[in-house]
Amino acid sequence: MSEKKVIPIGPYHPLQEEPEFFRLIVEGERVTELEIEIGYNHRGIEKIAEAKHWDQVTFAVERICGICSTSHPFAYCLAVEDLLGITVPERANYIRMIIDELQRLHSHLLWLGLAGHFIGYNTVWMWAWKAREPILDLFELICGNRQNYAMMKIGGVRRDIKEEDFPAIKKTIKELYPVLNMFKKVVTDDPVIGKRTKGVGILKKEEGISLAVVGPTARASAIDVDVRRDDAYAFYDNINWSVIVMKEGDIYAKIIVRVLEMLESCSIIEQCLAKISKGEIEVEVRDITPGEGIGRVEAPRGECFHYVRSDGTNRPVRHKIRAPSFVNVPSNIVTVPGYTISDAALTLAAVDPCYCCTERCAVFTNNGQKIFTGEDLVRLSIEKTAKLKKEYGLE
Amino acid sequence: MIKEEVKKLLSAKIKNWEVKNPKRIYFEIDKNDIKEISRALYKDFDMRLSTITGIDNENNFELIYHFSLDKTGEIFSIRIFIIDKNNPEIDSLIDLFKASDWVEREIHELLGIKFIGHPNLKHLLLDDDWPKNSYPLRKDFKNE
Repeated sequence: MSEKKVIPIGPYHPLQEEPEFFRLIVEGERVTELEIEIGYNHRGIEKIAEAKHWDQVTFAVERICGICSTSHPFAYCLAVEDLLGITVPERANYIRMIIDELQRLHSHLLWLGLAGHFIGYNTVWMWAWKAREPILDLFELICGNRQNYAMMKIGGVRRDIKEEDFPAIKKTIKELYPVLNMFKKVVTDDPVIGKRTKGVGILKKEEGISLAVVGPTARASAIDVDVRRDDAYAFYDNINWSVIVMKEGDIYAKIIVRVLEMLESCSIIEQCLAKISKGEIEVEVRDITPGEGIGRVEAPRGECFHYVRSDGTNRPVRHKIRAPSFVNVPSNIVTVPGYTISDAALTLAAVDPCYCCTERCAVFTNNGQKIFTGEDLVRLSIEKTAKLKKEYGLE
Repeated sequence: MIKEEVKKLLSAKIKNWEVKNPKRIYFEIDKNDIKEISRALYKDFDMRLSTITGIDNENNFELIYHFSLDKTGEIFSIRIFIIDKNNPEIDSLIDLFKASDWVEREIHELLGIKFIGHPNLKHLLLDDDWPKNSYPLRKDFKNE
C-alpha cells in the first residue's frame, strides 16, 4: 500500500480568466480522488448587473469570459428580447450567427492547441494557434477588436459587417478547411495520440445526465444536446448543419467532437454569407417593460443560460447567469480518479476550462516536502508521450 | 404535446400555469412538493436541471428551477416562494441528480437559503472567511 499524497493544482495564474483549484489525492501514480475549489475570481457580476442600465449590462457580461466573450451578451440579449417578445431583423440574426461561429472556431482551436501541448505535441499547439490567428484578424476587421467584440445589442447588433469584408471572411474559412481536415487526420491516424486519449477520462452517459453536463463534454458522452438545434435561436433552424455526437465519453471523443464541430461551423458561416441580404440591423428598444425572460445560446463549451427580470425601471431586478463550465467542471470528479497523474493534466483540460494553472501546481509529501513542481507535471505527461512514440517506433 | 402531459400529470400541484411563449413555460408549486415534481420531470420526462435562480423579493424569497427539455427546446420554470425570510429552507435535490450540488451551494452562500439534505453546504464562490449571516445577493446587503 503506497502512501497517499496530495497534489494541489492552482489556483492563481495571471493568464487565466477563471482560476480553479484542484486537489488531486494520489496513491503512487494513480489518482484516487479529486476535490475542486472555485471562487478565486468571483466578481459578483450578477450583483453588478442590478446596478447597471440595461444596455450597460451587455458590456458587463461580455467580460465574464475572454474566450467565449460573445456568448454571454448574446444570451443576455436573447433573454431581454424574450422578455419583450420582440424579434430582431434578419440581417442582425445572420451577423449574430457569423460572430457566434467565428468565436466557436477560435475557441476550439485554442483548446486543441492546449490539448496538443499537454500531451507533448507542440507542433499541434503551434499549428492550431497559427490557424486561429486569421480568425482573430477577422474579428479585428469586423469590429476592431480581437477579443470582446461588442457586437450584440438588445434588439439587434451594434455594427454591420461591411459587404467589402465578406471576401476576407470567405477566404479565411476556405483556407481553414484543409487545416481542419489535417487535424482530423492527425488525431484519427496518430497511434500515440490514440493511446494517450482513447479510454482515458471517460465520462459515462448516466453520470453525464446526472451532472447535467452540456456542450462538447455532453456530446462526447452520447448525450445529444445542442441549444442551436434544440431551442433554435437566430436562424440555426434555416441552415444545414449537424450536431456531432460520439458515444465513447473519453478524451479522444471530446477532441473529435470539437474538430468535427469546427468543420460544421465553417459550413454555417458560409451558408450565412450566402443567405444574408441587405437590411436593418436593429430594432429600436426604448423601455423594458416589467416581466421576465430566458435566453440561452450554445457557447463553445455548451449551454450558456441567462435569466432576467424587469420591474419596469432602467435596471434589471435580477439577472441570473449560468456559464457552461459551471456544470462541466464538476464532471472532473468522476473522470480524473482511476487514471494516472500524467493523464490528469489532459483530463482536467478536456472539458475546456481555462487551464493555465497547471503550471503552478506542486506535489508535496505528507511532511510538506516539495517533490514535484507544476512544470514537472506537464513534463510527466510529455515524457509519457515520448515513451509511447519510442514504443511505436516513431522516433 | 409534452407540456399538456406535464400539466395533466401534475395538475393537483400546479398553480398559475403560464405559457409565456411556446418554448417558455412557468408555473408555481408549493415548496414542499419540489422533490416530487423534480423527480417526475427528471425521471418521467427526461428533463435536465439547467440552473436555479434565487431572487430576494421584498417580502419573500423566490426560487425558480429551470428545467430544460432538450427534445423540444422548452424550458419549464418552476416558481417557489419561501415566505419565512428569517429561516428560509427547502429540500435539496442532491439525491436526485448531482447537477444541483454546486448551484444549491451557490444560492446558500449568496442568498442564505438552506437546502435540507445537502451534505456539503460549504462556500463555493465566497471565501471561507466571509462574515456569517451576510448574504451579498440579498437586497438589503450593504457593501462595507
